[in-house]
Amino acid sequence: MIELYLLLILMILGAIIALESRNLLSAIISLGIVGFGLTLIFLVLQAPDLAIVQIVVETLSLIILIAAILKTTREDTTEEWGAKKIFLYLGGLAFLVIFLISVKGALKFLPPFGEPLMRMAGPYLKLGLEKTGAANLVAAVILDFRGYDTLGEAAVLFTAAMGVIAVLRKIGRKN
Amino acid sequence: MIYYLLSMLLFLIGLYGVLVKRNLIKIIIGLVLMEYATFLFLALVGYKKGGTAPIITKGFEKAVFVDPLPQALVLTAIVIGLATTALLVSIAVRIYQRYGTFDIREIRRLKG
Repeated sequence: MIELYLLLILMILGAIIALESRNLLSAIISLGIVGFGLTLIFLVLQAPDLAIVQIVVETLSLIILIAAILKTTREDTTEEWGAKKIFLYLGGLAFLVIFLISVKGALKFLPPFGEPLMRMAGPYLKLGLEKTGAANLVAAVILDFRGYDTLGEAAVLFTAAMGVIAVLRKIGRKN
Repeated sequence: MIYYLLSMLLFLIGLYGVLVKRNLIKIIIGLVLMEYATFLFLALVGYKKGGTAPIITKGFEKAVFVDPLPQALVLTAIVIGLATTALLVSIAVRIYQRYGTFDIREIRRLKG
Protein backbone atom coordinates (compact mmCIF):
# COMPACT_ATOMS: atom_id res chain seq x y z
CA MET A 1 0.00 0.00 0.00
CA ILE A 2 2.20 2.78 -1.36
CA GLU A 3 -0.38 5.52 -0.70
CA LEU A 4 -0.25 4.75 3.01
CA TYR A 5 3.53 5.27 3.04
CA LEU A 6 3.23 8.57 1.16
CA LEU A 7 0.52 9.87 3.48
CA LEU A 8 2.44 8.83 6.59
CA ILE A 9 5.60 10.57 5.40
CA LEU A 10 3.57 13.68 4.52
CA MET A 11 2.09 13.64 8.02
CA ILE A 12 5.49 13.31 9.67
CA LEU A 13 6.91 16.18 7.60
CA GLY A 14 3.87 18.31 8.47
CA ALA A 15 4.34 17.51 12.15
CA ILE A 16 8.00 18.56 12.08
CA ILE A 17 7.16 21.83 10.29
CA ALA A 18 4.31 22.48 12.74
CA LEU A 19 6.68 22.21 15.69
CA GLU A 20 9.69 24.03 14.20
CA SER A 21 8.01 26.97 12.46
CA ARG A 22 8.65 30.43 13.91
CA ASN A 23 5.25 31.73 12.81
CA LEU A 24 2.41 30.28 14.86
CA LEU A 25 -0.11 30.69 12.03
CA SER A 26 1.94 28.55 9.66
CA ALA A 27 2.51 26.08 12.50
CA ILE A 28 -1.25 25.66 12.89
CA ILE A 29 -1.77 25.31 9.14
CA SER A 30 0.91 22.59 9.11
CA LEU A 31 -1.05 20.89 11.88
CA GLY A 32 -3.93 20.93 9.38
CA ILE A 33 -1.73 18.93 6.97
CA VAL A 34 -1.41 16.23 9.63
CA GLY A 35 -5.13 16.22 10.43
CA PHE A 36 -6.36 16.06 6.85
CA GLY A 37 -3.69 13.49 6.01
CA LEU A 38 -5.15 11.44 8.86
CA THR A 39 -8.57 11.81 7.21
CA LEU A 40 -7.21 10.38 3.95
CA ILE A 41 -5.55 7.53 5.84
CA PHE A 42 -8.87 6.66 7.47
CA LEU A 43 -10.40 6.47 4.00
CA VAL A 44 -7.59 4.20 2.82
CA LEU A 45 -8.08 2.00 5.90
CA GLN A 46 -11.81 1.54 5.13
CA ALA A 47 -13.11 3.71 7.97
CA PRO A 48 -15.48 6.24 6.35
CA ASP A 49 -17.18 7.16 9.65
CA LEU A 50 -13.85 8.14 11.15
CA ALA A 51 -12.96 10.16 8.06
CA ILE A 52 -16.20 12.17 8.26
CA VAL A 53 -15.80 12.89 11.98
CA GLN A 54 -12.10 13.72 11.55
CA ILE A 55 -12.84 16.29 8.81
CA VAL A 56 -15.38 18.07 11.02
CA VAL A 57 -13.18 17.94 14.13
CA GLU A 58 -10.03 19.04 12.30
CA THR A 59 -11.80 22.02 10.75
CA LEU A 60 -13.24 23.02 14.12
CA SER A 61 -9.95 22.71 15.98
CA LEU A 62 -8.13 24.73 13.29
CA ILE A 63 -10.78 27.44 13.65
CA ILE A 64 -10.39 27.43 17.45
CA LEU A 65 -6.58 27.61 17.27
CA ILE A 66 -6.54 30.35 14.61
CA ALA A 67 -9.10 32.38 16.57
CA ALA A 68 -6.82 32.14 19.61
CA ILE A 69 -3.82 33.23 17.51
CA LEU A 70 -5.70 36.20 16.05
CA LYS A 71 -6.67 37.32 19.55
CA THR A 72 -3.12 37.05 20.89
CA THR A 73 0.12 36.91 18.91
CA ARG A 74 1.55 35.17 15.87
CA GLU A 75 5.22 35.29 16.69
CA ASP A 76 6.98 32.50 18.53
CA THR A 77 9.79 34.34 20.32
CA THR A 78 10.85 31.47 22.57
CA GLU A 79 13.22 29.81 20.10
CA GLU A 80 16.91 30.13 20.86
CA TRP A 81 20.00 28.77 19.19
CA GLY A 82 23.28 27.64 20.66
CA ALA A 83 24.87 24.79 22.53
CA LYS A 84 21.74 24.20 24.62
CA LYS A 85 19.60 23.67 21.54
CA ILE A 86 22.06 21.24 19.96
CA PHE A 87 22.19 19.34 23.25
CA LEU A 88 18.39 19.15 23.29
CA TYR A 89 18.31 17.87 19.70
CA LEU A 90 20.93 15.20 20.43
CA GLY A 91 19.14 14.08 23.58
CA GLY A 92 15.83 13.92 21.74
CA LEU A 93 17.38 11.91 18.94
CA ALA A 94 18.90 9.41 21.38
CA PHE A 95 15.55 9.06 23.17
CA LEU A 96 13.82 8.52 19.82
CA VAL A 97 16.17 5.73 18.81
CA ILE A 98 15.85 3.97 22.17
CA PHE A 99 12.05 4.27 22.11
CA LEU A 100 11.76 2.97 18.56
CA ILE A 101 13.96 -0.04 19.37
CA SER A 102 11.82 -0.90 22.39
CA VAL A 103 8.64 -0.42 20.34
CA LYS A 104 10.04 -2.77 17.72
CA GLY A 105 10.47 -5.38 20.45
CA ALA A 106 6.95 -4.84 21.74
CA LEU A 107 5.33 -4.98 18.29
CA LYS A 108 6.43 -8.62 17.95
CA PHE A 109 3.53 -9.54 20.22
CA LEU A 110 0.92 -7.80 18.07
CA PRO A 111 -0.72 -9.65 15.18
CA PRO A 112 0.89 -8.58 11.87
CA PHE A 113 -0.55 -5.68 9.91
CA GLY A 114 -3.68 -6.64 7.97
CA GLU A 115 -4.60 -9.67 10.10
CA PRO A 116 -6.40 -8.52 13.26
CA LEU A 117 -7.51 -11.09 15.84
CA MET A 118 -11.15 -9.83 15.96
CA ARG A 119 -11.96 -12.06 18.95
CA MET A 120 -14.29 -9.38 20.27
CA ALA A 121 -15.62 -8.13 16.94
CA GLY A 122 -16.64 -11.51 15.55
CA PRO A 123 -20.02 -11.65 17.35
CA TYR A 124 -20.60 -7.98 16.58
CA LEU A 125 -20.15 -8.64 12.88
CA LYS A 126 -22.26 -11.78 12.92
CA LEU A 127 -25.15 -10.65 15.12
CA GLY A 128 -24.98 -6.87 14.70
CA LEU A 129 -27.69 -6.56 12.08
CA GLU A 130 -30.30 -8.79 13.71
CA LYS A 131 -29.63 -7.60 17.27
CA THR A 132 -29.54 -3.86 16.68
CA GLY A 133 -31.04 -3.33 13.24
CA ALA A 134 -28.21 -0.98 12.29
CA ALA A 135 -26.63 -1.62 8.90
CA ASN A 136 -23.58 0.42 9.87
CA LEU A 137 -21.78 -1.79 12.36
CA VAL A 138 -19.65 1.04 13.78
CA ALA A 139 -22.86 2.86 14.71
CA ALA A 140 -24.19 -0.40 16.18
CA VAL A 141 -21.10 -0.74 18.39
CA ILE A 142 -21.17 2.91 19.50
CA LEU A 143 -24.86 3.23 20.23
CA ASP A 144 -25.83 -0.31 21.26
CA PHE A 145 -23.05 -2.69 22.29
CA ARG A 146 -20.91 0.05 23.87
CA GLY A 147 -23.66 2.52 24.70
CA TYR A 148 -22.30 3.30 28.17
CA ASP A 149 -18.97 4.34 26.66
CA THR A 150 -20.81 6.86 24.54
CA LEU A 151 -22.69 8.10 27.60
CA GLY A 152 -19.37 8.67 29.35
CA GLU A 153 -18.04 10.44 26.27
CA ALA A 154 -21.04 12.77 26.29
CA ALA A 155 -20.34 13.49 29.97
CA VAL A 156 -16.70 14.36 29.20
CA LEU A 157 -17.76 16.55 26.29
CA PHE A 158 -20.27 18.40 28.47
CA THR A 159 -17.71 18.90 31.23
CA ALA A 160 -15.15 20.28 28.77
CA ALA A 161 -17.72 22.66 27.29
CA MET A 162 -18.60 23.85 30.81
CA GLY A 163 -14.89 24.37 31.45
CA VAL A 164 -14.46 26.46 28.30
CA ILE A 165 -17.46 28.61 29.22
CA ALA A 166 -16.22 29.03 32.80
CA VAL A 167 -12.71 30.02 31.67
CA LEU A 168 -13.76 32.39 28.89
CA ARG A 169 -16.75 34.13 30.54
CA LYS A 170 -16.67 37.88 30.95
CA ILE A 171 -19.67 38.46 33.25
CA GLY A 172 -18.97 38.09 36.94
CA ARG A 173 -15.17 38.25 36.72
CA LYS A 174 -13.30 40.58 39.01
CA ASN A 175 -10.50 41.31 36.54
CA MET B 1 5.09 -3.43 10.91
CA ILE B 2 6.71 -0.38 9.29
CA TYR B 3 3.34 1.41 9.45
CA TYR B 4 3.22 0.87 13.20
CA LEU B 5 6.75 2.24 13.53
CA LEU B 6 5.88 5.33 11.47
CA SER B 7 2.84 6.05 13.65
CA MET B 8 5.07 5.67 16.73
CA LEU B 9 7.48 8.15 15.13
CA LEU B 10 4.62 10.64 14.80
CA PHE B 11 3.80 10.06 18.47
CA LEU B 12 7.42 10.74 19.39
CA ILE B 13 7.48 13.99 17.40
CA GLY B 14 4.45 15.13 19.41
CA LEU B 15 6.16 14.08 22.64
CA TYR B 16 9.25 16.07 21.61
CA GLY B 17 7.03 19.12 21.12
CA VAL B 18 5.47 18.74 24.55
CA LEU B 19 8.80 18.25 26.32
CA VAL B 20 11.11 20.68 24.53
CA LYS B 21 9.03 23.58 23.21
CA ARG B 22 8.52 26.63 25.40
CA ASN B 23 5.55 28.17 23.61
CA LEU B 24 2.12 27.21 24.96
CA ILE B 25 0.59 26.93 21.47
CA LYS B 26 3.46 24.66 20.39
CA ILE B 27 2.81 22.46 23.43
CA ILE B 28 -0.86 22.21 22.49
CA ILE B 29 0.15 21.30 18.92
CA GLY B 30 2.39 18.56 20.33
CA LEU B 31 -0.49 17.13 22.38
CA VAL B 32 -2.76 17.13 19.32
CA LEU B 33 -0.05 15.34 17.33
CA MET B 34 0.18 12.65 20.01
CA GLU B 35 -3.60 12.22 19.86
CA TYR B 36 -3.53 11.83 16.09
CA ALA B 37 -0.74 9.27 16.28
CA THR B 38 -2.79 7.20 18.74
CA PHE B 39 -5.86 7.30 16.49
CA LEU B 40 -3.70 6.31 13.55
CA PHE B 41 -2.23 3.37 15.47
CA LEU B 42 -5.66 2.07 16.53
CA ALA B 43 -7.04 2.39 13.00
CA LEU B 44 -4.01 0.50 11.69
CA VAL B 45 -4.50 -2.28 14.24
CA GLY B 46 -8.10 -2.81 13.11
CA TYR B 47 -7.36 -3.01 9.38
CA LYS B 48 -7.91 -6.31 7.62
CA LYS B 49 -6.39 -7.07 4.24
CA GLY B 50 -9.03 -7.06 1.51
CA GLY B 51 -11.69 -5.97 3.98
CA THR B 52 -14.36 -3.39 3.29
CA ALA B 53 -15.94 -0.80 5.56
CA PRO B 54 -18.25 -2.51 8.09
CA ILE B 55 -21.51 -1.39 6.52
CA ILE B 56 -23.95 -4.16 5.56
CA THR B 57 -25.62 -3.66 2.20
CA LYS B 58 -27.92 -5.95 0.22
CA GLY B 59 -26.00 -8.61 -1.67
CA PHE B 60 -22.82 -8.10 0.40
CA GLU B 61 -23.87 -9.77 3.65
CA LYS B 62 -20.98 -12.22 3.47
CA ALA B 63 -18.28 -9.67 2.60
CA VAL B 64 -15.06 -9.48 4.64
CA PHE B 65 -15.21 -6.51 7.00
CA VAL B 66 -12.48 -4.63 8.85
CA ASP B 67 -12.67 -4.61 12.66
CA PRO B 68 -15.43 -2.18 13.75
CA LEU B 69 -14.43 -2.07 17.43
CA PRO B 70 -11.25 0.09 17.19
CA GLN B 71 -13.11 2.38 14.79
CA ALA B 72 -15.87 2.92 17.34
CA LEU B 73 -13.36 3.62 20.11
CA VAL B 74 -11.42 6.06 17.91
CA LEU B 75 -14.67 7.80 16.97
CA THR B 76 -15.39 8.62 20.63
CA ALA B 77 -11.76 9.58 21.24
CA ILE B 78 -11.70 12.06 18.33
CA VAL B 79 -14.64 14.00 19.73
CA ILE B 80 -13.13 14.05 23.23
CA GLY B 81 -9.86 15.25 21.70
CA LEU B 82 -11.64 18.26 20.21
CA ALA B 83 -13.18 19.12 23.59
CA THR B 84 -9.87 18.92 25.44
CA THR B 85 -8.15 21.00 22.73
CA ALA B 86 -10.79 23.70 23.09
CA LEU B 87 -10.31 23.74 26.88
CA LEU B 88 -6.51 23.96 26.55
CA VAL B 89 -6.72 26.79 24.01
CA SER B 90 -9.13 28.79 26.14
CA ILE B 91 -6.85 28.46 29.17
CA ALA B 92 -3.87 29.51 27.01
CA VAL B 93 -5.76 32.61 25.80
CA ARG B 94 -6.55 33.56 29.41
CA ILE B 95 -2.89 33.13 30.39
CA TYR B 96 -1.86 35.36 27.49
CA GLN B 97 -4.30 38.05 28.59
CA ARG B 98 -2.85 37.94 32.11
CA TYR B 99 0.87 37.71 31.32
CA GLY B 100 1.18 39.04 27.77
CA THR B 101 3.24 36.08 26.55
CA PHE B 102 3.03 32.41 25.62
CA ASP B 103 6.54 31.71 26.95
CA ILE B 104 6.27 29.23 29.80
CA ARG B 105 9.44 30.59 31.42
CA GLU B 106 7.75 33.96 31.83
CA ILE B 107 4.51 32.69 33.34
CA ARG B 108 6.06 30.85 36.28
CA ARG B 109 5.53 33.70 38.68
CA LEU B 110 2.26 33.55 40.56
CA LYS B 111 -0.14 36.45 40.78
CA GLY B 112 -2.76 36.35 43.48
